[in-house]
Amino acid sequence: MFALDQLIAARDQMALSLGFHIILSCFGVGFPALIYLMHRRGIRRNDEVALMLARRWSKVAAVLFAVGAVSGTIMSFEMGLLWPGLMSTYGDVIGLPFAMEGIAFFLEAIFLGIYLYGWDRLPPKVHLATLIPIIVSGAFGTFCIIAVNGWMNAPSGFTMVNGVVTDIDPLAALFNDAVWGQSVHMFLGAYMVVGFLVAGVYAVGIRKGNNDEHHRLGLRYALALAAVAAVMQPFVGHVAGMRLAENQPSKVAAMELALKTETRAPLRIGGAIIDGEVRGAIEIPLLGSLLSTNSVNGSVPGFDAIPDNEEPPSNIVHWSFQIMIGLGSLLALFSVLFWWRERRKKSLMDSRVAMHFVTWSGIMAVIALEAGWVVTEVGRQPWIVNGYMTVGEAVTQNSAVWVSLAVIAVVYLALGIAVFAVLRSMSKRWKAGESDSLPSPYSPSVLSR
Amino acid sequence: MSLIDFVAGLMFVGVVAYGIFGGADYGSGMWDLFAGNAEHGAELRTQVDSSIGPVWEANHVWLVYILVFMWSAFPTGFAAVLQTFWIPWMIVGLGIILRGSGFAFRKFSESLDSARMYGAVFALSSFITPFFLGMIVGGIVNGRVPLTNGDLWTSWTGPASWVGGILAVLTSAFLAATFLAADAHRAGKFSLAEYCGRRALVSGVITGVVALVAVPLLKNDAPVFTDRLQGRAFVFALGSAISGGFAIFMLMKQKWAIARLGAVAAVGSVLIGWGVAQWPDFLIESATLEQVAGARVTLVGLVIVFAVAAVTAVPALAWLYYLVTRRTAD
Repeated sequence: MFALDQLIAARDQMALSLGFHIILSCFGVGFPALIYLMHRRGIRRNDEVALMLARRWSKVAAVLFAVGAVSGTIMSFEMGLLWPGLMSTYGDVIGLPFAMEGIAFFLEAIFLGIYLYGWDRLPPKVHLATLIPIIVSGAFGTFCIIAVNGWMNAPSGFTMVNGVVTDIDPLAALFNDAVWGQSVHMFLGAYMVVGFLVAGVYAVGIRKGNNDEHHRLGLRYALALAAVAAVMQPFVGHVAGMRLAENQPSKVAAMELALKTETRAPLRIGGAIIDGEVRGAIEIPLLGSLLSTNSVNGSVPGFDAIPDNEEPPSNIVHWSFQIMIGLGSLLALFSVLFWWRERRKKSLMDSRVAMHFVTWSGIMAVIALEAGWVVTEVGRQPWIVNGYMTVGEAVTQNSAVWVSLAVIAVVYLALGIAVFAVLRSMSKRWKAGESDSLPSPYSPSVLSR
Repeated sequence: MSLIDFVAGLMFVGVVAYGIFGGADYGSGMWDLFAGNAEHGAELRTQVDSSIGPVWEANHVWLVYILVFMWSAFPTGFAAVLQTFWIPWMIVGLGIILRGSGFAFRKFSESLDSARMYGAVFALSSFITPFFLGMIVGGIVNGRVPLTNGDLWTSWTGPASWVGGILAVLTSAFLAATFLAADAHRAGKFSLAEYCGRRALVSGVITGVVALVAVPLLKNDAPVFTDRLQGRAFVFALGSAISGGFAIFMLMKQKWAIARLGAVAAVGSVLIGWGVAQWPDFLIESATLEQVAGARVTLVGLVIVFAVAAVTAVPALAWLYYLVTRRTAD
């Protein structure tokens, strides 16, 4: 019983740390691309507004990247602090993608330092070009880190002989069955989060009457990036899900609330499994098989094929999955509508309802992102390495996890509030036409002027 | 030299780099704390901002590098080090989060009061983090870490750990003061350079004295390690003492840039000395590198990854340092 409690604390701490860090890493991956597009417009068209936006965004990126860097560092501690069983057994199997991600992160940090420092110091074209390594290493880093998660879902690159890991092949571990689908899915998710959140900021401005060139430009660029990602996402997500029926039948069963394995399975919308029965779900015939297997005659795995102690908590997984799909589809549809109207010169920026929607679109993208992570992580339970090691076997024996969980929760809450407060104060200062930071923030003589 | 030793050496490159660059970062935060009230300390704090602002994130990637190399190359050893030092690692992790966030936030915060709060968080965690990292190092060298079931408290609270923690703080302060003095001088802020130089001098002398006083303590608490340090690693210990003395001499002559080189050499060689004295053990008295090493193919992969990093990240890092240090007054 005690070990179980520890496991809950360790899982909660990991979920909290990842759930917090993932939002910031979206900005590390996606924001440089948005800044690049805006900065390039500024240079090519000699557009002062675009240059100003790029410059401000880069300051915001500096703050978010800092918090992302430190919240990512602690996750590398947590791999060893919370999951020693995983790391001591499989550390050398999955070490290479982690090491490559380390290089990607290094390059990102270095070039972000150069880019931020380069304003007014580097020749404009060289300065703009320093964003490219950041964009590339962001994408490469996503691939590497998701390769590890993909490997946990679809382990490969080793042989288990009498409980001992042998015959390690790091490349086979890296290119596991899940890596491409999952990493592209996450990469697009990052661009959606950044695009919709940034657009939301300008939508607030437009609604408040600042319907000027600067706000409209910011919103258009952010929604352009978000739209491309949002429209591609359903297809990529579908492909990512295709391997599940074979690799992780229990995850599919939970996502689809499937008690029995069946061909020509329906799609269940809403509902829950209560006392071993599906209740309250709306069933659409054949669609479940079609979506999971690309064929109406395909067989969708159900819980009858899964041992009882290997079943994930199905209702959480099912609802998270449907929230992700629902919000993702809504965002994709809105993106199409927005750009269709832009082409017809009837901009939705003049519609208050649409601007209300955009205001909340970033939050929706974040919820969809977190829900997606719940599907992949909770849906894999009780395994940490699917089919090989359970979370209970991997978890630390240290009962101090409850203390660290409480501390982390308080610190992250404070940090979240602080990030919001700092970004708000930057925005206020910009609005008031002041420079973005206090020339020397530590001298009262500066402040009292 | 075996492949295992070679990979351990590559990992230790990260330890040395982090000790120097991470140390100078931490130390800057320490001087920030002692810079005085908002008005009096403004000049130093502005210098700290411009000195470490563009580079601190890159400097801290070395820690991630060390951890990743450790778990890939020496998985069971990594698990032992993380589990036994659970408490100090957790404190270090929190320190890193608070420090980086505090530093990033204070520049853009809304009012002087909030800037001071973030600044204090940054500066305090700049002490706590290297102190506990040093305690971990002390625990590793005194042989208190078994492969399983290490003691959660006594493993990192012995005399060697206190020596490690205190020396980590002092060397960081010393390094940072010489870095700041050299940076201020190049920016044409001569009185600030002198102010930092005086602090470098004082902290350098204290570091040297503490290191000497610590030797009998270490001999008692970490006999295996100290024997090796005075044996095969003696040349590095001596090199550190000579470089440190040279740095102090140059500080007295107000040659800040040369003093910085001396300080880097002093800290670098003591860290290399640690590595040489640690070898061939991963955990002194309980596990050799060989015993905790992972699959050979992964070790080869790590060498390749290191080579890729050497041709991509290192030139980029050199460019960043070049850009930041070439500047004059701005």
